[in-house]
Amino acid sequence: MAERKLFKGNEAVAEAAVRAGCRYFFGYPITPQNEIPEYMARRLPEVGGLFLQAESEVAAINMVYGAAGTGARVMTSSSSPGISLKQEGISYIAGAELPCLIVNMVRGGPGLGGIQPAQSDYFQAVKGGGHGDYYTIVYAPASIQEMVDLTMQAFDVAETYRMPVMILGDGVLGQMMEPVEFREPAPREVPAKDWATTGAKDGRAPRLINSIYLQPEALFKHNLKIAERFEQAKKNEVMCEKAKTDDADIVLVAYGTTARICRSVMDRARAAGLKVGLIRPITVSPFPYDEIGEVARTAKAFLTVEMSLGQMVEDVKVAVSGAAPVHFYGTTGGVIPTAAEILERVEEIARAEVRK
Amino acid sequence: MLEELIISGFGGQGVMVMGQLLSYAGLFEGKNVSWIPSYGPEMRGGTANCSVVISTDPIGSPIVSEPLSVIVMNRPSLDRFEPALRPGGVLVYNSSLIDRMPTRSDVRVIAVPANDMAAELGSGRVANMCALGAYLAATRVVSMDSIAESLKEVLPARRHNLIPLNVKALEAGAELAK
Amino acid sequence: MKQVYSVPKSLQPRSTHYCPGCTHGIAHKLVAEAIDDLGIRDRAIGVAPVGCAVFAYDYFDCDFQQAAHGRAPAVATGIKRSVPDSVVFSYQGDGDLASIGAAEIVHAAMRGERITVIFVNNAIYGMTGGQMAPTTLVGQKATTAPFGRQKEHCGSPLRVSEMLATIPGAAYVARVALSSPGNVAKAKTAIRKAFETQLAGEGFSLVECLSTCPTNWGMGPYEAMSWLEENMIPYYPLGEFRTPEGGPNNA
Repeated sequence: MAERKLFKGNEAVAEAAVRAGCRYFFGYPITPQNEIPEYMARRLPEVGGLFLQAESEVAAINMVYGAAGTGARVMTSSSSPGISLKQEGISYIAGAELPCLIVNMVRGGPGLGGIQPAQSDYFQAVKGGGHGDYYTIVYAPASIQEMVDLTMQAFDVAETYRMPVMILGDGVLGQMMEPVEFREPAPREVPAKDWATTGAKDGRAPRLINSIYLQPEALFKHNLKIAERFEQAKKNEVMCEKAKTDDADIVLVAYGTTARICRSVMDRARAAGLKVGLIRPITVSPFPYDEIGEVARTAKAFLTVEMSLGQMVEDVKVAVSGAAPVHFYGTTGGVIPTAAEILERVEEIARAEVRK
Repeated sequence: MLEELIISGFGGQGVMVMGQLLSYAGLFEGKNVSWIPSYGPEMRGGTANCSVVISTDPIGSPIVSEPLSVIVMNRPSLDRFEPALRPGGVLVYNSSLIDRMPTRSDVRVIAVPANDMAAELGSGRVANMCALGAYLAATRVVSMDSIAESLKEVLPARRHNLIPLNVKALEAGAELAK
Repeated sequence: MKQVYSVPKSLQPRSTHYCPGCTHGIAHKLVAEAIDDLGIRDRAIGVAPVGCAVFAYDYFDCDFQQAAHGRAPAVATGIKRSVPDSVVFSYQGDGDLASIGAAEIVHAAMRGERITVIFVNNAIYGMTGGQMAPTTLVGQKATTAPFGRQKEHCGSPLRVSEMLATIPGAAYVARVALSSPGNVAKAKTAIRKAFETQLAGEGFSLVECLSTCPTNWGMGPYEAMSWLEENMIPYYPLGEFRTPEGGPNNA
C-alpha cells in the first residue's frame, strides 16, 4: 500500500492533478481555494510545468483555452464568484471541444456572498454553466481521498469526451485535512490529440481551434456531436454510492460534504430503529437518474439535503418521477446543516410517510 | 472509538497545530482522522478553531457541532464552546488566560495554567502543548508516543530541535490530568 | 519572365470576405509576408478575435485558435506558455483590444509575454455595424454616437500604443498606417520587427495599424484613405514607441 499522508483538500487536488500529468495552471486568487494556486506555484516548476497568475478569472480561463488547444494538460481553480467569471471561457472551451479541469471550491452566494462552504453553484455546474447547449462532466467528491482519485482520472475523462471536467467541492473539502494515498487510476485508452494546434509542421494541414459556426445547420450538427459525446459519458461515467438503500423506507440524497453529514444521520437513525438509507451522487453531471429511480421502486420517501435552498432536489424529483414524495432540507449562505437538524427532519418524515 | 474535538483560541496560540498533531497521531495508529480549520477573517488575530475527528469507523461529518471534548485557550472560546460540549465530555481550559470558571457540572473540567507552565519551561510557545498533554492524559485518544512522532511531521525540520521541549510540555500537562 | 511579386505562401489562395476598400486584406498580407520571410509558418499559431477578423483563420495557412471577445492575449499566453517554441500572434480590432480586452492586453504586455499583437485600429466597430469604439475620434459619428463622439459624454479616444509603451514588459510597440504605399512599406518593416522581437525572446510586441472602414465610415475607399491621413494620424501619430534597443519611452 502506498503511504498515506495528511493532505489539505486544496493541496491534495493540486498534487493529484500534477500526478495525472497536469503541467499548466492559470488562476486568480479567491478564498477558499487559494492553497491550490499557491501549491501549484511551488510544485509545477519542479516537474517542468508552469504556473501563471492571471489578471482575472476571465483571463485565466482563456489561458486555459489556449493551452488546452495545444493539447496540454491544463487546469484552473476558483470559487463561486470566480467561476461565474470563468463561465465565458468554459462555454468556449466546451464549444471548441477542448479538455481541461476546473475546480470550484464553492462558497455562499449570490453576489460576493460569503467565504464559508456552500453547494449553491449546483445549477451552474450541472446545467452547462455558460451560454449555449452543452454539459460538462462534474464530480462531487465527499472526501479528500475521493477528490484525489477523481482528479487523477479527470484529465483522461476530459480527453476521452473532449469536454471540460469540473471538480465541485466546497470550502469544507478545500480546507479540511484527511489522510490520502495517491493511487494510479485504471488505465484508459485516451484518443490521440489530432486536433492540437502546435504549429503546422512536416507538411500537415493547418489546424483550427474554434467555436464559431455561423450557419445554423452547421452549428446544429456541431452541437449534436458534442451532445453525443455527453450521451456516451452518461452511459459510461455515472458514479454514485448507495448505502443501506435495499431495505430503506427513507432515502437521503446528498453529495459532497452534505453527504458525509447525512451518513452520520443515517447511522443515528438506524440506531434509533428507523430504516434510513443514503444515495450519494459522485457525478452530479451526468446525474445518476436511473440509480435513484431504481431505489424509488422500494423507498417510501426521499429527503434531499443540500447546502442550498434546493437545487439538486429538482434532479432527484426527475429521477424519482413521482414514485415517492421527495422532501428537502437545506441551509444556505455558508451555514452547514447539523446531523441533529437533519435527523429531526427524518423523524418528521418517518411520522408522516412511513407510519401512516 | 470515536472522538469529536474542538480546539479553539486566539490566532497564534497554536490551536491548528494541536489539531494537526492529533490527526497525524491518529493516522499513525491506523485510525480514520479528519481536521478542519475555521477559516475567514477571524484567522487574523481573532478566535480561530479547528474540528478534529478520530475514529475507528469511517468519518461522517468532519464538522463538529456537538463536541465530545473541547480545548479552549482563551475566554471567547470558553464562552462559545462550553455550552456545545456533550454531557460526560472533557473540557480543558487555559486557566492562565481565562478569568472565569467553567459552569458545566456534567463534564470533566481540567484547568491548565498553560501560559504559566510554558513560561516555567522556558518558552511561552509551548503553552498549547501543556493543554494538549492534559487532554491526552484525560482522554487517551492517542498515545503520547504517537504525538511525539507527529511533531516530526508538523514542525518544520529547522524546528525539530524544539521537539524535546514540546514533549516536556506535553508531559507536564499530562501530570495535571492524572 | 522574372517574377516580381507573388501571394505570400502563408496566405491561403482565396478571396476574403472583407468589404471593398477595407485594409484588413493589407494587414493580412503583411503578416503573411513576415511569416514567410522569417520562415516560421510551421511554428506560427494565430489567434483570431471577435470582430471583422473573426475568420482570419480562413486566410492564413497556419494553425489558429479563435478566441472570445477581447481574450486573444490570454489565449495567446496559454499557447505560448505551453508551446514555447511556437510563434504566436493575435490579430485584434479596436473594440476587441482596446475596449473589452483592455485588461488582457495590458497584462500580456506587463508580463512581457513573448507574443506579437497586430492591432487593427479603424476607430469603429465593424462587424456589429458601426458602433463607437474606444478609438473613435471626438466628433466622429457612429451608430451609438449619432451626433459624433462627445468628449464630455464618453471621454477622448484611447491611444493604445502610447499607453502600452509605458509598460516595461513591452519590448516593441509601433504605430503604422495602411494608407499609402509608403506607409504600407513602413508597416511591413514594423510587423517584421515585431515578430523578430518575439523570436529574440525580447518580450511583448505590438503593431497598431491605423486602418479604414469605408463601409461604416460611410465613405468610398479613396475618401477613407484621405480621412485616415487627415484625421487619424494627427491624433494617433505614427512611429516606434518602444524598441528592444530602447525607444523614446524606455526608462
